[in-house]
This record gives sequence, structure tokens and C-alpha cells, in this order.
Amino acid sequence: MANQVLVIIEHGARGINPASWETVAAGQAMGVALGLPVEAVVLGGADCDAVCTQVATRQLTAVRRAQHPALVPYTPETQVQALVQVITATAPGYVLFPHTYQVRDYVPQLATRMARGLISDAVGFRVEAEQLVLTRQMFQGKLAADVVFNGEAPHFVSFQVGAFRGDKALMADTPTPIETMTVSPNAPLLQPGEPFQEAKQAVDLSKADIIVAVGRGIKEPKNLALMQDLARVLGAELAASRPICDSGWLPMDRQVGSSGQTVAPKLYLAVGISGAIQHLVGMKGARTIAAINKDPEAPIFEVADYGVVGNLFEVVPALIEEIKKLKS
Amino acid sequence: MKILVCLKQVPAKDAPIKVAAGETWIREDVTYEVNEPDAFALEEALRQKEAHGGEVVALTVGPARAAQVLREALAKGADRAVHVEGEAAAQLDGFATAEAIARAIPGEHFDLIFTGLQSDDYGFAQVGVVLAELLGLPHATIIMHLEPTATGIRVKRELEGGYFQNVDMPTPAVLTIQSGINKLRYATLMGIKAAKNKPLTRHSLEEMGVTPKLNRQTITRLYVPTRSKKTEMLTGSAKETAARLVEHLRNDARVI
Repeated sequence: MANQVLVIIEHGARGINPASWETVAAGQAMGVALGLPVEAVVLGGADCDAVCTQVATRQLTAVRRAQHPALVPYTPETQVQALVQVITATAPGYVLFPHTYQVRDYVPQLATRMARGLISDAVGFRVEAEQLVLTRQMFQGKLAADVVFNGEAPHFVSFQVGAFRGDKALMADTPTPIETMTVSPNAPLLQPGEPFQEAKQAVDLSKADIIVAVGRGIKEPKNLALMQDLARVLGAELAASRPICDSGWLPMDRQVGSSGQTVAPKLYLAVGISGAIQHLVGMKGARTIAAINKDPEAPIFEVADYGVVGNLFEVVPALIEEIKKLKS
Repeated sequence: MKILVCLKQVPAKDAPIKVAAGETWIREDVTYEVNEPDAFALEEALRQKEAHGGEVVALTVGPARAAQVLREALAKGADRAVHVEGEAAAQLDGFATAEAIARAIPGEHFDLIFTGLQSDDYGFAQVGVVLAELLGLPHATIIMHLEPTATGIRVKRELEGGYFQNVDMPTPAVLTIQSGINKLRYATLMGIKAAKNKPLTRHSLEEMGVTPKLNRQTITRLYVPTRSKKTEMLTGSAKETAARLVEHLRNDARVI
């Protein structure tokens, strides 16, 4: 007999990680496709009750609450020990997570301890001949792969942030029942400190209407001047993909992507950015996306409304001229 | 400190990737390079050794071509290298790759083991953490700084949205290193010469019993993704495309 789908809710000092709602939506869709009940699991400390009450507003069979003081602050070992107990007791068919930094930190360990597989960073699923087929991006989004599990359940899956719509998670007519489970993780081996930010963010890119973002394609820092000209004529903020900030060509607070800022401007103009997954998650919510890149296969064109395949050192000056013409 | 650095050879960033016949892997006639976060992991190991002494061992799991990343690591300053070699290496999933690494290093007793946080080909982000579990060691991921303390090490982990966190932990430990943790060095001519005399040990995957049969997941089909969004591709000279882009942004998208 097939068993239920378990959705593991991630939450912390700043409340429920919004990516968890996406996983709830994914779990609900998977439950329908496989004809399985869907449950959520909330692990944590004193904030467990508030989180459980929030999760119980969604359409689920049960919310499983596992509270223990050793689970706060998060460490991978304590999280794994508690989840091994929950999973062993509930014997699910599938265990779902959002592919957050925290999930990358402990879920490979959890799956390995339970001698099971983890298909990480999936972007979708379908059911074929009663088998779950997951889709993943590979080679930085240049290719996609259909992937299946080998071996026995439970199967572990993490879904890419943004792959499902969190606001599409179905609401419950009456609150989902909350069931308390007992977990007993050991004292943590790691001593984590409080989360902190490096410096006050000088630029709030999330407020910008227009963003010109540059990537490796600009080749040398001296070419930033041309990009600054483009940003100036558009009245745009200048942003960048991670490698540009890693190289120190632009400050870190101008980085868009999973490790930088998440933006949703009216216009996002990507110049010389290939569109690695880590960048796309930070900008694919933009209303209009235009991209200039020399590689017609660049994944950035997957999300762009308008694409120009060409030499950016020719296209950008021409673009500046055209915009100046328009504005004069 | 005795440090192991795990390096993977992946297709170069601008390599034109084509799906091979059979539709489960790519055509191998592309150029390769070291996986980017792994290059930062190597650099960090070399810097730790320069600051605190010890030994840096570079390891790769890969086919014969992957020896190149070990030669580069030796030229940059690694003391010796281990090549876990086999044509099946590219077909191993994250779990099987971690098994291959674990089986290649018995009795080595490294103080620290570094991997990059994920590879640019599969992008599992699993090998380092699985390896830690197989070896029974603590781990920390997405590391941006590292320093020894009286009882072990203090690492700076990158969290999401521009946040960081310091974590104190015991050694031995496994760390996954984030790109940008340091500035990469180039190999010197002297380093390249010296590398020729440094030890490079080979193990075969078969002899260690590692095959794709250990995989916990299987790729059933590899393909070019279908576009989820209708992209209007503008063609012509730079001047023409620029003019048409501005027209679209002005009249259709109404964003300028």
C-alpha cells in the first residue's frame, strides 16, 4: 500500500519560510496525482504552536507537531535525529522540502542516514505508470532531465524555490487537526551564532522600477562604464549576477539571486548574464524581462520576454542611442 | 592541518552542450574545467596550509580526462593527489560519488575535508553532506570564512537573503565551500614544474566496487527544456535590434 506525502515546514526567527507554502502546494498536487493523503511536519521550539496553527489553515490530512528545546537554534544533526524519528514513526511514501540553504545543509544527511535517495532541486513532477517522475535542471539550466528513484520508499524530494506557487496552496474548510509527536534529539554538536548582515544594505534593489543587470559577458571591469551609461539613460539601478560581485567589480549589495536580493521590477534588462538557476530565482518575478547574450542557448532566454542574440558591446551602445532619441 | 579537497571536472561554462544518443548524458566532445566552487575550495585549503601548516591533498572522481584538474591543483600547491578513475564516474549520482570518495581515503584521518557547495553539471548540492554522513563527521555548508579555534574551527555560513551566521564546531569536519570565499591564484611556471614530481595515486572505481548500481536515482531522459514563456527573439544588426527592443519596451510592455 502506498503511503502518505509528508511536507516538512521550514521556519525560523522570521516566521515560516515562504518557500514552505510552495512545498505545501507541491505536496497537495502530488497527493492528488498519486491518490495519497498529505501531511505537514513542524519541528521546532516554543514557536511550534503558532506555526502549526498557521499551517493548519491549509488543506492537509494532519499537521504533525514535534517540539523539543534542542531543535532551536537549528543544527543539521539535531534536525536529522528528530526527523528520523518522525519519518520512522509515520512511514511516509514521499518526504518533500523546499530547496533552501537549510535543506541543502541537512537533507542529504537525513536521506543517507535512512539509506534512501534524495532528488534535489526538482522543478516539477508527473506520474507515469504509477511511478513518480521528477524533472530537474542540469548544466546550469541548459538541459532538463527526467529522474526516477531507485529503491524503496520513503523517497526524499526538494523543490526549487519558485517552482510552485505558494499562494496556490489550497485552504482548509475547517482547521487541519494538529497531532503532537515526541522527538528526542541529542544536545547539538555545533554551536551556531545569531544570523547577521555584513553591512547595512546601501541599495534596496527591490524598490527599483527598472534594473540593468550585468554578468560575466561584460568580460572586464572597465566595461562597467558602458553599462552605467545604459542604466543612466534608462533611469535604472545597476545590478549584477554573483560572479561580478565575487570579483569585486560591483559591491555585494548589488547582487541579484539566491544569495543576494530578490527583485520584481517593471523592467529587468539582463546584459551578458547566462541565467544560472541561482540568478533566475532572484529576478524571474520581473514584469518584463529583456536579455542580451551572445549564446542563443543561454537559459536567460527561457524567462525573457524579449531576447537579443548578439555582441553586447555593439548592441548596448546602439540601445543607448535609441533610448536617448526616444527621450529627447 | 591535513586537508582533503574534492574537485570535479565539469563542462566549461561556455561549452555548447549537446544531448548524446541514448538521451541520458551529453556528448563528451566539449572542453572541461574545474567546477567553480571547487576551485575556491582548493584555494581555501592552500591558504589554510600557508597560514597554519599541514598538507593539502586533492582528489577527483572522474574519467581519465579529469586528471587535468589534479595536475592544476598540484601546480597551484597541493602536496599530492588521488584520482578515483573510471569511465562510469560521470554517471554516478551524489550518493555514489560520495561513496567513491569515502572508499578511497581509509586511514587518511584528514582534519578537514572541503568540497564545493554544488557542481555546475548535476547541481545536486549533496556530495559534501553525504560524505560527512558516510564518514560519521560533523559538517557545515556554504562556507564564506574559516578560522581555527582552541577547540576546533569557527566557520561563517552564508544564509539566504544576505544573512550570515558563525558556527563553532569540532574537527575533523566536512565543509562545503561557496564561490567568492577568497581570490583564486594562478599556477606559476615553477609550480607547474614542481607538480610533475608530486605523487598522484590512482584507484579504479571498479576495484572499489563503485558502479552506477549504487545510484539512488536514475536519469531516464535528458533533453533541451521546452520554453515555458514565449520569448520574442529580435534579430538583425545591432542598430536594428536595439531599435526594435526599444519599440517593444515602449509600445508593448510600456515600461519605458
